[in-house]
Amino acid sequence: MTTFLQSELFHNYRRSSSAIIGSGLMALFAFAVLAGPFLVAQDPYDIAALNLMDSYKPPVWLEGGDPRFILGTDGQGRDVWASVLYGARISVFIGLVAMMASCLIGTALGLIAGFYGGILDTVIMRIADVQLSFPSILIALFLMSAVGTGVDKVLIALTAVGWVVYARTVRGSTLSEIEKEYVQAAKVAGLPNRKIIRKHVLPNVLTPLIVIATIQVGTFVLIEASLSFLGVGVPITQPSLGLLIKNGFDVLFSGLWWTSVFPGFAIMMLVFGINLFGDFLRDELNPRLK
Amino acid sequence: MSAPMLEVRDLQMHFPIGGGVLDRLRFDSKGLRLEKPVVHAVNGVSFSIARRQIMALVGESGCGKSTVAKTIARIYQPTQGAVLIDGEDVAGYGFAQMLPVRAKMQMIFQDPYASLNPRQRVRDIVAEPLLEQTKDAADRRDVPARIEALLAKVGLNAEHAGRYPHQFSGGQRQRIGIARALSVTPGLIIADEPVSALDVSIQAQILNLMMDLRDEFGLSYLFISHDLSVVHHIADWVGVMYLGFMVENAPRDVLFTQPRHPYTRALLSAAPSIKAKRDTQEISLSGEVPSALTLPTGCCFRTRCPFAWGRCASERPKLQDVGEGQTVACHLVDEPQRDTL
Amino acid sequence: MSGDTPLLAVRDLRTHFHTFSGVVRAVNGVSFDVGKGEVMGLVGESGGGKSVVGFSILGLIDSPGKIEGGQIMLDGEDLVSAGEARMRQIRGREISMVFQDPMTSLNPLHTVGRQMDEVLRLHSDLDASARQKACVAMLESVGISRAAERLGAYPHQFSGGMRQRVVIAIAMLAQPRLIIADEPTTALDVTIQSQILKLMRAQIADKGASMILITHDLAVVSEMADHITVLYCGNVVERGKTRDLIEMPAHPYTRGLIDSIPDPSNRQDRLRQIPGSVPDIRNLPKGCNFRDRCPRAQAVCREVEPELMAQHATLWAACHFPLKPGELA
Repeated sequence: MTTFLQSELFHNYRRSSSAIIGSGLMALFAFAVLAGPFLVAQDPYDIAALNLMDSYKPPVWLEGGDPRFILGTDGQGRDVWASVLYGARISVFIGLVAMMASCLIGTALGLIAGFYGGILDTVIMRIADVQLSFPSILIALFLMSAVGTGVDKVLIALTAVGWVVYARTVRGSTLSEIEKEYVQAAKVAGLPNRKIIRKHVLPNVLTPLIVIATIQVGTFVLIEASLSFLGVGVPITQPSLGLLIKNGFDVLFSGLWWTSVFPGFAIMMLVFGINLFGDFLRDELNPRLK
Repeated sequence: MSAPMLEVRDLQMHFPIGGGVLDRLRFDSKGLRLEKPVVHAVNGVSFSIARRQIMALVGESGCGKSTVAKTIARIYQPTQGAVLIDGEDVAGYGFAQMLPVRAKMQMIFQDPYASLNPRQRVRDIVAEPLLEQTKDAADRRDVPARIEALLAKVGLNAEHAGRYPHQFSGGQRQRIGIARALSVTPGLIIADEPVSALDVSIQAQILNLMMDLRDEFGLSYLFISHDLSVVHHIADWVGVMYLGFMVENAPRDVLFTQPRHPYTRALLSAAPSIKAKRDTQEISLSGEVPSALTLPTGCCFRTRCPFAWGRCASERPKLQDVGEGQTVACHLVDEPQRDTL
Repeated sequence: MSGDTPLLAVRDLRTHFHTFSGVVRAVNGVSFDVGKGEVMGLVGESGGGKSVVGFSILGLIDSPGKIEGGQIMLDGEDLVSAGEARMRQIRGREISMVFQDPMTSLNPLHTVGRQMDEVLRLHSDLDASARQKACVAMLESVGISRAAERLGAYPHQFSGGMRQRVVIAIAMLAQPRLIIADEPTTALDVTIQSQILKLMRAQIADKGASMILITHDLAVVSEMADHITVLYCGNVVERGKTRDLIEMPAHPYTRGLIDSIPDPSNRQDRLRQIPGSVPDIRNLPKGCNFRDRCPRAQAVCREVEPELMAQHATLWAACHFPLKPGELA
């Protein structure tokens, strides 16, 4: 631990206001996501706790506001603050899980493509190219018409597109690592290929993935929000921040702005925080040639 | 008379290049065809190394000496030819068959910064070849002690074992690489430009170390280098390569005092020396090495040779014995009157 | 050194790099002269500071590096205090540089002709056709055949040796008075190296220019240089006329370097080696930098840093116990 605190990475982190702000926002969200249910009195998805008389109450600082509902309520009388917290959990969950799945699949395929080359490489890379030409909305639409909506369908749609960047990056790094002499030394030592990939190539291609993974969480949150907004994302029973925006969209222009704006603001803060921190990481982890 | 530690017969290594099918299609005046460009890296090289002997391969970039080293180490599989390690031809061996051979032959590499995995600790790096050879649990328990002994032998100490490569200097990293190669007590070490990336004062340390280890363990070395003064110091035999061919092969003193091949002579006269005067004949080469994609017909060196004549373009010279163990591939051997310098 | 004013006089140059892990005193009090028409070899091993000297002269030191002190007098004008505008006039015209790696010192996206033309446009008043003629003539003089045609070629269409010729041509185009060549032949094969060195010698002699040849290769420098400056850990440990320094070095480090080079005419079983390794430049020891590796070190070496002192008319060494001529360390 002490070596980390003395390291150049930590030193630069302390001096970078954007990194601190970024990681602060991320930490805030992590806290909200984990502690959310305990921070609010009302479970917004417990129908019994709702009262239609509380519907469309504005935020507390406006006229007509109710101190029980700081950010106002939606059409069903749900506390917007509680909805945002619950929605954030779903959005972040989707972003994280899709990222991890993409990372695992993409890294594995990239390693195989880069290390073995030949026909395997060609096939994997062509699939990647094809995959990229399908926007995730198309995949989500297809899934919805075939098997309905659901968080898992969203995850599949996101992963189907998201793995490519890992595969490409890892393949490139793998191609350059296998030329290095320590890989040749491992061959001369008699290591079988799978051991070489696992012990020698993989640990050395991971660094750029940290930045990609961080930023991808934010990207996925945004894409998921778009999918949900268009109605091909999460089901109504598990509203993510994107779905919340959609739900409030219908009444947005009648002046009842808080049901859409606060979830949108939450997304913005999360993605902003991720991008700030991700930028800092990118600069720090970039091997600097003197 | 036991078999030589290493014997190479007519070794060839060709690398196809040019990408996949779609990249190689050509359509021009000759019609549609599929090109198969090939880099002729090694074109029929033969030599042998006895036990306790150091053979150097010299030549400039593109001559194929590194490829020879890597092919013998079976990083590549030879396109053709035989590679006999301790009498056993390993050229066609698969992974499983090679494994016991790997205990007899190891390699040291040129770049001290790329030859060690930056994410592995020194003790794991050094132990790796040995661990592949030792699968029995009881024997594996002896490995850490062996690693410590090896590190001491190359001039490092026990506390270095837990560190990472970036904490060491170039010379120390080469020592780690040498310890790694020694871990399986091989008979043959292939050293691919082991001191070229080191400062001169560190070069001397590593060369001395390598020679001490040869004396102590009875090692043979295949020593690849472009630096003639280093080769002069360390080698017993020297082979000169050009464009994938061996053009001359002789005991060290013979090669340096009586070079016969025009390329060897040019190489020796081009090498800068710290001494004030040099008495070797000045052969100055013009032009550059031709591409290995299309080898010149006849003698590979004729495009830059000051003596080349008709025969050189039509007939490829073979290595001929000219006495004292020296072999030369040059038509001048048959027609010495053409040597006008 | 010649009697009249040197073309370049460097006095007590200090260039330090303020990195996260400490101050790297890459150049820490370096002084030397380069006379008109002379070739000076700047020799040292990696980390010795020799490249930094070259970049300091040209004012190409970027943060976190900074020239902390000293003077660089080009014909009486101090370059350290000259502004960036003046340095831009000097670079390419009065002083030019040849780098080690011909692959990266040429812009891969511009033709060779355009890169050469750029130098002349910046540093001369010639019109377009005069510039074209000058470029063709220059390419021919560095040994590139079909020069007019080759002007339209891109760097990747040349081989390594040819590219280095182009780099030399560009360096010589504006008739500089001083050329700084930083390991110009290290990346080249020995037969090509020999061609390039001959070419450089001829160009300098022809134009009356001076050269600082930065290299770790003592053999190259012994053939090219009129006098040699040896750097160790940012300090000059020895300097003098080439043959004197090579044959009778006074500093144990120089002696050690020369002995480390295998000598074909005097084969020994073991090379004499310098024990230990270069100290961490962020944490240089007190006294002489070389003291922990020097077979002659005494108590005073650990306390007092030696000054550069004349050993005889053409040799200076910074050592408390310099070697006498012919003495082995």
